[in-house]
Amino acid sequence: MNELIEILENLHPEVDFETCETLIEDKILDSFDIITIISEINETFDVVIPAEEIVPDNFNSAKALYELVCRLEED
Amino acid sequence: MQQTNVLEYLEKTVLRVPQKVAFSDGTDGIDFQTVYHDSRAIGSYLAGKGYYNEPVVVFMRKYPKCVPAFFGCVYGGCYYVPIDEEMPRFRIELIFDNLKPRVMLCDQGTLEMAKTFAFDGEILIYDQVTQTAVDDAALAKIRDRQLDTDPIYIVFTSGSTGVPKGVVACHRSVIDYIENLSETLGFNEDTVFANQAPLYFDACLKELYPTIKFGATTYIVPHSLFMFPIKLVEFLNQHRVNTVCWVVSALTMISSFKTFDKVKPEFLHTIAFGSEVFPIKQFKLWREALPEAKFTNLYGPTECTGMSCYYHVDRDFELDEAIPVGRPFHNTQILLLTDKNELAAQGEVGEICIRGTCLTLGYYHNFEKTNEVFVQNPLNDRYPELIYRTGDLGKWNERGELVFVSRKDYQIKHMGHRIELGEIEVNVNMLEGIQTSCCIYDKATDKIVLYYVGDMELKALVTVLREKLPRYMIPNKVMKLDTMPLTANGKLDRVALKARFEAEKKEK
Repeated sequence: MNELIEILENLHPEVDFETCETLIEDKILDSFDIITIISEINETFDVVIPAEEIVPDNFNSAKALYELVCRLEED
Repeated sequence: MQQTNVLEYLEKTVLRVPQKVAFSDGTDGIDFQTVYHDSRAIGSYLAGKGYYNEPVVVFMRKYPKCVPAFFGCVYGGCYYVPIDEEMPRFRIELIFDNLKPRVMLCDQGTLEMAKTFAFDGEILIYDQVTQTAVDDAALAKIRDRQLDTDPIYIVFTSGSTGVPKGVVACHRSVIDYIENLSETLGFNEDTVFANQAPLYFDACLKELYPTIKFGATTYIVPHSLFMFPIKLVEFLNQHRVNTVCWVVSALTMISSFKTFDKVKPEFLHTIAFGSEVFPIKQFKLWREALPEAKFTNLYGPTECTGMSCYYHVDRDFELDEAIPVGRPFHNTQILLLTDKNELAAQGEVGEICIRGTCLTLGYYHNFEKTNEVFVQNPLNDRYPELIYRTGDLGKWNERGELVFVSRKDYQIKHMGHRIELGEIEVNVNMLEGIQTSCCIYDKATDKIVLYYVGDMELKALVTVLREKLPRYMIPNKVMKLDTMPLTANGKLDRVALKARFEAEKKEK
């Protein structure tokens, strides 16, 4: 989780990712961020996020994103 | 009579297909009759208030009503200058300093923000101004005075001194572009576009003007969809989109996540891309997914009205090859000039210079910068003739196709946007606590890397930069140094920084 928070904080140091659950709804993350996050996750965790998982629900909070990464790591 | 005004496109089309949807965001759409009416109402209002031959700032959300707002300014004999709520306030104020606008057109969604700008001119609201009774006589009088060399829009592009430059385009260069682009890509009345480009760049000309020329339809894709590839393709299919002219990063966003395994754009037959290099691996995925579609690479600077060159992809490329820029549009010429201002031989690298009606009028209220790049053709010592020096280096390959090689300076293409690294540095250096900074661009990972020396904390630096620079200019990586490497002449040593970044990448 810490590694993931670090990736997110590098993009948006002004956001509290521990608590924020509306990253997409409140337009905090944009398409640049999503692409960067996906490629950083790929480099750091060695998991590929497939297209069908790139949906708002999985990116709305650091927690949701972390759960996605864990799920993909198990597969 | 020969066409001299872009509005003639709209006036012919509205007679033919008044009820057809012209522009839509997928939910709300406006037909050609509405575009025509609203544009003329706005033009009548501007005329009634005595605004003429001056900039009108259009500050609206990105949705279909923006289009009549633009044409309304042209009906009024003025030129539109689109700005956007995503632009940082600091940049908007620099633009206002340059324009000194007397009037700004807003909508209900942007009005509150508009009121907070340092602007003492008149603020108009779209839904109110479009209630103005159309004044046929006033509009006819304006039309009678208009020349095809009069400006219709200004779009702002990155400037290395930290101040954006406003590129002014006229009717004639836009008509020249739209006619030749439409011919090259085969647009017609059945074309259904999906617009990706922001409306504050000339990239959106590709959809807006052919739509009014042919009576086609443009779907303005909601920005958020570019985060979610499957939803994006579903949007294209739902609206039977058959033509896209997008930046490469929007296309690779779809292909790189194996989206085509789940869903394919069923109706798409014409795909134009440009503004940056298309990675061949990603390009192949597109071709495999849509083997029947026509793929065209476009190239051109904003200073020459949209795009200047095209290449229809007609062969396969190796993974390390670049897709050529191809050949110029009809009525445009490319001069490849060497350091000695002579034509480059085949295979020799030269600066890409452009000649033709496509040249815009130059930078607004900036003769100094204009005269640096819009210059007398050095091959012609007999009469005045301007060419535009792009600063891009290119060469002719053995097939006679133009190939992009690199930049002469520190301008880069990142996520489809043209950026001067110097503009980022100037903005960083202005901050209190910063001694010096230097930006490099790592092509392999498409990352802007900022190195700085100073007391400021990294987090604080990124936070303030967000208020000063557009999103796409924010460095992807920021690193603090104790001292900045300098060359023997005391200049920032970019080569050393690049080597340092490469070494850091390897360590990871």
